[in-house]
Amino acid sequence: MNIKEIVEKTGKRSDIVFAADHKYLCSEPGQALIKDSIRQHKLDAIVVAACSPAMHEATFKTLAQLSGLNKYNCEIANIREQSSWVHDDPHKATAKAHIIVSEAIEKVKLNEPLQPITVPVTRKVLVIGGGIAGIRASLDVANAGYQVYLVEKSGSIGGRMAQLSETFPTLDCATCILGPLMVEVYRHPNIKLLRLSKVEEVRGYIGNFKVKVRQEPEYVDVAKCNACGECAKVCPAEVPNEFDFGLTWRKTIYTPFAQAVPPAYVLDAKNCLGLLPQACGECQKACDQLGTACMNLDAWPRTHELEVGAIIVSTGYELYDATKLTEYGYGTYPDVMTSIEFERMLSASGPTLGEIKRPSDGRVPREIVFVQCAGQREPETALPYCSKICCMYTARHAMMFKEKVPDGQTYVFYMDIRAGGKGYEEFVKRCQEERGLLYLRGRVAKVYEENGKLIVKGVDTISGKRVQINADLVVLAVGMIPSAGSKELASTLKASLDANGFFSEAHPKLRPLESPTAGIYLAGAGQSPKDIPETVAQASGAASKALDLLSSPTLEREPTVAQVLETCSGCGICIPVCPYDALSLNANTNLAEVSEALCEGCGTCVASCPSSSLSLRNLTDQQMLAMIEAIVA
Amino acid sequence: MQSYLYFPGCTLRTVAKDYDASAKACARALGFELKEMQEWLCCGAVLSNVEDNLMTKAGPNRILARAQQEGDKLVTLCAGCYNVLKRTDLHAKLASPAQQSINTFNEESYNGGVNVVHFLEVIRDQVGFDAIERAVKVPLKGLRVGAYYGCLLLRPSGEMKFDDPNRPSILENLLMRLGCTPIDYPARTDCCGSYLSVGSAENSQPMSAAIVKSAHSCGAKLLAVGCPLCKYNLESSQIPGAKNTSAEEFLPVVYFTQLLGLALGLRPEELELNMQQMQAIREAQIPTSEGRD
Repeated sequence: MNIKEIVEKTGKRSDIVFAADHKYLCSEPGQALIKDSIRQHKLDAIVVAACSPAMHEATFKTLAQLSGLNKYNCEIANIREQSSWVHDDPHKATAKAHIIVSEAIEKVKLNEPLQPITVPVTRKVLVIGGGIAGIRASLDVANAGYQVYLVEKSGSIGGRMAQLSETFPTLDCATCILGPLMVEVYRHPNIKLLRLSKVEEVRGYIGNFKVKVRQEPEYVDVAKCNACGECAKVCPAEVPNEFDFGLTWRKTIYTPFAQAVPPAYVLDAKNCLGLLPQACGECQKACDQLGTACMNLDAWPRTHELEVGAIIVSTGYELYDATKLTEYGYGTYPDVMTSIEFERMLSASGPTLGEIKRPSDGRVPREIVFVQCAGQREPETALPYCSKICCMYTARHAMMFKEKVPDGQTYVFYMDIRAGGKGYEEFVKRCQEERGLLYLRGRVAKVYEENGKLIVKGVDTISGKRVQINADLVVLAVGMIPSAGSKELASTLKASLDANGFFSEAHPKLRPLESPTAGIYLAGAGQSPKDIPETVAQASGAASKALDLLSSPTLEREPTVAQVLETCSGCGICIPVCPYDALSLNANTNLAEVSEALCEGCGTCVASCPSSSLSLRNLTDQQMLAMIEAIVA
Repeated sequence: MQSYLYFPGCTLRTVAKDYDASAKACARALGFELKEMQEWLCCGAVLSNVEDNLMTKAGPNRILARAQQEGDKLVTLCAGCYNVLKRTDLHAKLASPAQQSINTFNEESYNGGVNVVHFLEVIRDQVGFDAIERAVKVPLKGLRVGAYYGCLLLRPSGEMKFDDPNRPSILENLLMRLGCTPIDYPARTDCCGSYLSVGSAENSQPMSAAIVKSAHSCGAKLLAVGCPLCKYNLESSQIPGAKNTSAEEFLPVVYFTQLLGLALGLRPEELELNMQQMQAIREAQIPTSEGRD
């Protein structure tokens, strides 16, 4: 673009006192130029024609304020992203940039000097999801001295990590390193843990959220229950245990796992035989007989109304439904399992107490095939993305298998090994070399059963040959998908999701811990697939972002909000259109009223008003018309 | 009488006349007609995946442009034609520069819109399997059939959307309604070797032979197919003296339309089933206590 031409043309305008060019306005000399010209020419408004306001709006507005202007008398004309970067023809781009500048000039001429709105901050935090991310974030906020509400949908915190046997690359026992944190959460005076709970409604805005949490009836009084287990002994109903992915059974009154927090039994209301109408009630009888009396089968759901300043979303992940990957026969052949099921089997507290056995006949498998990237990096038929952790845990699984079955043979089908992480590459190499794991670069085309063996047909792209393995067990490394309730929660929070259903971050590089919705922070695999160290780091980061917000008792909000003009007749059309509940009818005057603290300045109400009695500060109809005139002139 | 616009394709006029005749006979028995397109040409047999070779795509586009003048739905029988025409329609809808070139060359514009369906889909979606079951006059009780799908009906699954590419069931579902006992065998979706049989039969033959072997070992007595090329390959891997099979593993191969016709009470002549084939079908039928109705 020809910047010189724009500067010259703009400088000739009668309403322009001073126009100049600088290569890097955002640099210190560039900023000094702006500051000096404001003072020297006694400017009452400035237009910065540069990059997107998403980059440097704050820089230049603050600079204007420091130089004696009201910061709302500074406007940004985005001539980079909206002109020079997107057009090939320099002449046309120059002409367009000139229009963008003229338009900003027309706007800034009619801008009012405004003062930011100051609102109080509720110095409490809501954490949604009690996996390792939610646990870490809760502890960080609570340790800094602020109140935390930790909402967990299941009967215990711990999340996926509680189901793992070991962690890579150090082979730490997962429960052993997670357990102390879970206990700390439970004992922390600043953390209120709400199990069996779900966020139902969120109103308000950054610093001042009003949240409704629905807690399913607990039936078991957490404070009184001592987890003696007498209730479960007499319970007549058994259902597959979801903690072991159905590889074991549990009663309908149960403890999710030995280290569950809170350490109280949970009643599975869906499968219980004793609720409404009360038909069984054996558990309550047993409990009452012992004198513990912690059970109440007539319990009702409760709604907790919470006020918080910040929300941390740590809803975690689930696994892709392997039955959709019909080529592998999961769901048809019992000896085809997912890696998380295999993980449970490796666990000393798992369904086989750590022994590896075929689900079909209980035999110890000799030949085992691991299929990496199962249903991943498959944009046409399954998940398009890489789940990041599977190369690592598969190496660990294969290595653990060899440790438990030394004469067994492992085959790992892989696309490539993604072991980026501290000590990760070394770990995979060590597993491969020390344990003699056979890695085959290629994909599996088909798995079927023949004479009690699973026939795995695939290709080894290094030798260029098709391979067939007669295996005893096949383990599928299926991908991570966002937790089931993510979509619903996102709409409750007015937070956005990405194409794959994970929570979107405000900026992929520079604001990875924040949702684009102010006051909502993200931690863990609910934002993108990630491993435990990354999850913990993000959780601490999100907590520190929330603490940053809580560190001041008040918060400044943009004053560019809607205002009601005198012509309002009180028709009320604007009230339901406001997405932020910022509009209401004044009880005395019966006219519309804007809550400045709630208004986001979106302008929906302005567009809806039949008598043009609503106006956005510094984006009035007059300004819009002036800008349009500048464009069409 | 309900009639459907029908594209036979070259093979059905030559080596697969029996497929054409049996399907038409079945259609009549079920109360609809397969009305042949007034003018048609070769579909090209395979859809070229080479982006700059537009010549191979001129033919199928021309077929669809002409079909569009006669109707908005086109029924096919040959799995190859089905694959080529259905995908040609999908590609035409993309309105790519390549499509413009093809249209300019053809001087007949086609921009998508003909719904290309397979005869099996007509049977399932228009007639309905329940109606088929009611129309069965001679249930094929005890006939242990291995349905063989091959590739072209199912893949690429994203485009064909015909059935689950790894665990399809449409043929088995039909066969069950006819009274047959469909046999599940692992190779039923494996590739038969396709056109490799033209230039390098030494490579295609083991592939076909493995399918026959797999079906045989799982208890099938007969193979039912929907593709003339699959049928050719499966049969030629079994001709006496072929390397990879033994005489004990011999499995006759018929079109699913021929079994459908028999169940509907049509005579073998109408279905172009010859004496040997009928003999093989009878031998394949394991008598059950219920016997034949």
